[in-house]
Amino acid sequence: MKPIPGLVKHNQRIAMRHGGGGRAMRTLIEEVFMRGADDIPVDGVGLSAMDDGAAIRIGDQYLIVTTDSHVIHPLFFPGGDIGMLSIAGTVNDLSMMGATQLLGLTCGVILEEGLERDILERVQASMQATCREVGVPILTGDTKVMGKGEIDSLVINTTGVALTKRIVRDNGLQVGDRIIVTGTVGDHGLAVMALRNKLELEGDLRSDVAPLFDLVQKVLAAGGDSVVAMKDPTRGGVASALHEMAGKAGVGILISEQAVPVSEAARAAGELLGIDPLHVANEGKALIGVRPEAADRVLAALKAHPLGRNAAIIGTAIAEPKGKLVLDTGFGKRLLAEPEGEPLPRIC
Amino acid sequence: MKPGEQLKFRDPVRAKALTTRLEELVKEIGRDPISVMHVCGSHEQAIARFGLRTAFPLKLDVVMGPGCPVCITDVPEVDEAVALALQGVRVCTYGDMVRVPGTVKSLADVRGDGANIEVVYGIDQAVELARKSTEEIVFFATGFETTAVATAAALLNDPPKNFSVLSAHKYIPPVMEIVTEMPGSRIEGFLAAGHAAIITGSGVFEAFVNTHKVPVVVAGFEPLDILAALVKLVELVRDQKPEVVNMFPRCVTHEGNKVAQEQLWKVFTPTGGRWRGIAHVPNGNLRLREEWAAFDTRKRFNIDVSRLWDYAPPKLLGQCICGEIMSGSKSPKHCALFGKECLPENPVGACMVSSEGTCRIWHQYGGHLDLRGIS
Amino acid sequence: MCLGVPGKVMSVDGLVAVVDFWGVQKQVSLHIVDEPVVPGDYILNHVGYAIRKIPQEEIAETLAMYDELLDGKPEDLMRQDVESEVGASRERPS
Repeated sequence: MKPIPGLVKHNQRIAMRHGGGGRAMRTLIEEVFMRGADDIPVDGVGLSAMDDGAAIRIGDQYLIVTTDSHVIHPLFFPGGDIGMLSIAGTVNDLSMMGATQLLGLTCGVILEEGLERDILERVQASMQATCREVGVPILTGDTKVMGKGEIDSLVINTTGVALTKRIVRDNGLQVGDRIIVTGTVGDHGLAVMALRNKLELEGDLRSDVAPLFDLVQKVLAAGGDSVVAMKDPTRGGVASALHEMAGKAGVGILISEQAVPVSEAARAAGELLGIDPLHVANEGKALIGVRPEAADRVLAALKAHPLGRNAAIIGTAIAEPKGKLVLDTGFGKRLLAEPEGEPLPRIC
Repeated sequence: MKPGEQLKFRDPVRAKALTTRLEELVKEIGRDPISVMHVCGSHEQAIARFGLRTAFPLKLDVVMGPGCPVCITDVPEVDEAVALALQGVRVCTYGDMVRVPGTVKSLADVRGDGANIEVVYGIDQAVELARKSTEEIVFFATGFETTAVATAAALLNDPPKNFSVLSAHKYIPPVMEIVTEMPGSRIEGFLAAGHAAIITGSGVFEAFVNTHKVPVVVAGFEPLDILAALVKLVELVRDQKPEVVNMFPRCVTHEGNKVAQEQLWKVFTPTGGRWRGIAHVPNGNLRLREEWAAFDTRKRFNIDVSRLWDYAPPKLLGQCICGEIMSGSKSPKHCALFGKECLPENPVGACMVSSEGTCRIWHQYGGHLDLRGIS
Repeated sequence: MCLGVPGKVMSVDGLVAVVDFWGVQKQVSLHIVDEPVVPGDYILNHVGYAIRKIPQEEIAETLAMYDELLDGKPEDLMRQDVESEVGASRERPS
């Protein structure tokens, strides 16, 4: 049957789901940005790996590079703001690659004409405070202004560079490996969604945005070579990140739903909105794949850290079904789907 | 219900006992398959979410009926909302509706083209927007009677003049007759939607049961609610007792919510209309009564949907077998469009639209994957 | 078909209630609920409207009704004893 002209036409525009962190975004990257990208050889990890960042071998070390553009509406939300997010997000991507020494960040901002200077100063103060907390400097930056309405108030791009002797990829899982999550899931996505949809929820729903570098150092110290895979479950949430980890490693993952830590507030907001906390973004959590013998050791190290006290072993890599997530709910089992596009509140 | 109280209905030990009982009953009847249907998206959601399908007996077929109001919102209704949005009217709607395709476009698509689409949690948010503004605000109202009562209440509560409702509300009871009367229907019993029955009362199903001699069990949405209701329903099938049994008495009464019913019928009147992928359902659509013309988007605007069509509407809909899939007589593998012209990103029929639609689930997971053996 | 979420009424002002859903509070309209609602009651929310007041005693009665479905077998009674013990000792992680 011939393609349908109308349907093809609207598919050629970028839609919100292309930025949702799920399959639509990955397909777009593969179809547009990856074309020809394999032609440039990299000793380390390049674009085609679609990992959290890149790694380039320099002598007996790797230079890790990662970049992230931050847009969020509203700029200030319970638990954080775009400034904190822009530093933590990039630091976390470096950390997920196994970085042991942070070298520095760059910061490019694009501002909307008419933005209040006070807002910019508050964002900058927040960036600075987060940098200080992590112990990483901003090395260089760039500022641009666009006309009113041409951009939504403020966009921040940060690039990070770091060093490590051993890269941790997101594809290192083997059958039998345990999956650990470093804390409660879904807090950031649900907090922002509640605010954005003007749900007027009051209570303890807060973003979890936090830099994870220090926590990851404790994990690497406790687990060593047994830490085989790491990924931060940002857009698309735990479901999307674990799909990627399973797909790249050619394993399945069996998850125990009752073991997944969810804060009461996120659980409540999820129930109200009909959204699974496993499907929404986290900004201060990591998923860590460890060899089974090291799982308890790594878990203990996490629990001793303030950002890891709710850490839990939530799953195990299994041989079949490859590339899929099986969720044991306690009542039965189901496949955990990868979210498509931005999650929206449901009525049914 | 306190969180703890709700968790009582999520008790895996009781659930295990109920599934064992269900298994025994099905064995006792001794033929296969026994087909029952739920007519509720939230039942499917709960069944899927808690992985209950792997706990059901293999010979018990729990068919997902036309119970998702998003799936069965008809294409021309989506087109109306899309056309209005393209005319420059601000359209508010529930999050579920944004990605549902019309003839050529969804609301999400036209948002990409610059149309003003607002996702709201409830109709009150849309009314509030209208109050704070002078521009026209249209609320694209979808959902069954449970959701329609909220629309009715908002209209009865003196909304501003620049607010109007584009009603695509549906009324459940008539569609059960349609499904039962479909040629080849094997449905031996229904699980009725507990939340809709809160409004209408369990008594609303008695006429249907008397006419069609098929049992109906009103069920809640926690895992134990669903399992217990299935046990009851299979018992009724075994005993050949066509009755209405209310297994959700903590929320549903025989008469229903009279206050809500009064408001509902003050504002809406049932009319016949198509349900996407199913059929024309007599009295299946809820439209605003004549007295509410001032707030009826269809009376207020000249909605020209034909200007959406930059080509003749596809003939594909004619080949879609969602109706048969939802009536339980066919599966996606019988459909010529499945996985080819009909995909999650370009759904043709109702079953591919909803995340819990049969075709969508099949497409995502490569058919019916048996997870029972995984440990 | 319709997402319904139970919550506890914290305060009532005319036809608007503030309802607590496990630590998250939200305003809910009382326009269509058919019984008087006071603080401490439990209601079922759908799209910002309370559609039903949930009587507390019904919860225990519903559970008893479900257990009746399992009745008539001695091992079921034993199983229920085990259930309630297991149930009582099970706490959800926060």
